Amino acid sequence: MIAFRLDERSGVPTYLQLIEQVRSAVRYGILRPGDQLPTARDVVGRLAINPNTVLKAYRELEREGVVRSFPGRGTFVTQEAPRPIARSIHEPLRRSLRRWIADARHAGLDRQAIADLLGLALRDAFEEEIA
Amino acid sequence: MSLALEAVNVSKRFGRVLALNDCSFAVPAGRIVGLVGPNGAGKTTLLHIAVGLAEPTSGRVHVFGISAREDILGVLSRVGFVAQERPLYRGFTVADMLELGRRLNARWDFAYARQRVANAGVALDRKIGSLSGGERAQVALSLALGKRPELLLLDEPLGGLDPLARRSFLQELMSTAAESGVTVILTSHEIAAIERTCDYLVILGRGRAELAGDIDTVVGSHVAVTAPSRYEEFIRTHSAIVDTERTERQISALVRVSQAVDWPTGNGLQVRPVNLEELVLAYLRRARLERTTK
Repeated sequence: MIAFRLDERSGVPTYLQLIEQVRSAVRYGILRPGDQLPTARDVVGRLAINPNTVLKAYRELEREGVVRSFPGRGTFVTQEAPRPIARSIHEPLRRSLRRWIADARHAGLDRQAIADLLGLALRDAFEEEIA
Repeated sequence: MSLALEAVNVSKRFGRVLALNDCSFAVPAGRIVGLVGPNGAGKTTLLHIAVGLAEPTSGRVHVFGISAREDILGVLSRVGFVAQERPLYRGFTVADMLELGRRLNARWDFAYARQRVANAGVALDRKIGSLSGGERAQVALSLALGKRPELLLLDEPLGGLDPLARRSFLQELMSTAAESGVTVILTSHEIAAIERTCDYLVILGRGRAELAGDIDTVVGSHVAVTAPSRYEEFIRTHSAIVDTERTERQISALVRVSQAVDWPTGNGLQVRPVNLEELVLAYLRRARLERTTK
């Protein structure tokens, strides 16, 4: 079971934040096929958000085929959900990122500067691809 | 679509002051509604008329199709109302208040109300006067929910609550809405709380509904445009301006668009989405400007 968090200052609509957290949990194998998502009532009670927001996020995930809702039983990750990225792939990448972050901090960059730099590099990389 | 509440051309005069001025809007059942507006916009008056605590000078407020004027008991059996400052008898214990609720209401779910009070961690033998603001708010909410209302009206429910109490109050309220489907109308100045908890918005200004609708829809139908002054004409013909700020060379406007506009971006004209707070502020500013220039 995953616990949702909300970043109120991000400006990203709440239902999109919920969707992205489920996708990410599936991508990294934290949620696997057959796993249950928290009930709308649980999410609402924990985060103090509108019930329709949770339903909207779950509906969108269902439309994408990531989850399926069974009335009275709950919402579950489907067998058709995207395969998680293999640990053998993301673990080494994460380790090298950690080393890179350590280097950046050593060079005097703070958290925000590091995030900005990552954002810029991502943009460069993906815009080159489009062009 | 069934309506939980409908205001039809409601006016209310207090002496020389017109608190509500031909106010009309509708709230579909099942929604959680944020009713916002500056102090004195008529929010409280409107809620009072809905439950029969005040009489409109003209017009009607219907609750599930009936007005308090025609059938006060019919309205009261379906509506839970928590007034500003949550008036409760200070000398009563929580148990006394629950008993009072049982005697005053034809329909009363004692076990449910008691369970809610227990969930909030409030002992039944506590005196109302000894409760913290947060505990009082939870008890008042439990009492309003004890009659299992279909519509819950909360006037400034977050007023006077510290952030933690506010959070637990909203958690309780949202869980209740999720399990019972009760329609909620709450007034508040806290836009962040409204953004989080509400899915329907009503903006009152000048005693009128400036805007009413599904929050995602109304936010999505407004944009902020910044452009050189020469584009003002274009902006005016393609959208409805809610609020503007002008400098010598530039205009920035929050506008409502009824259909997709092909904005001539790139020549110094920029368009971006707006958030709920900007939207509410723009409407409130407009209401105030029109009032002072009237």
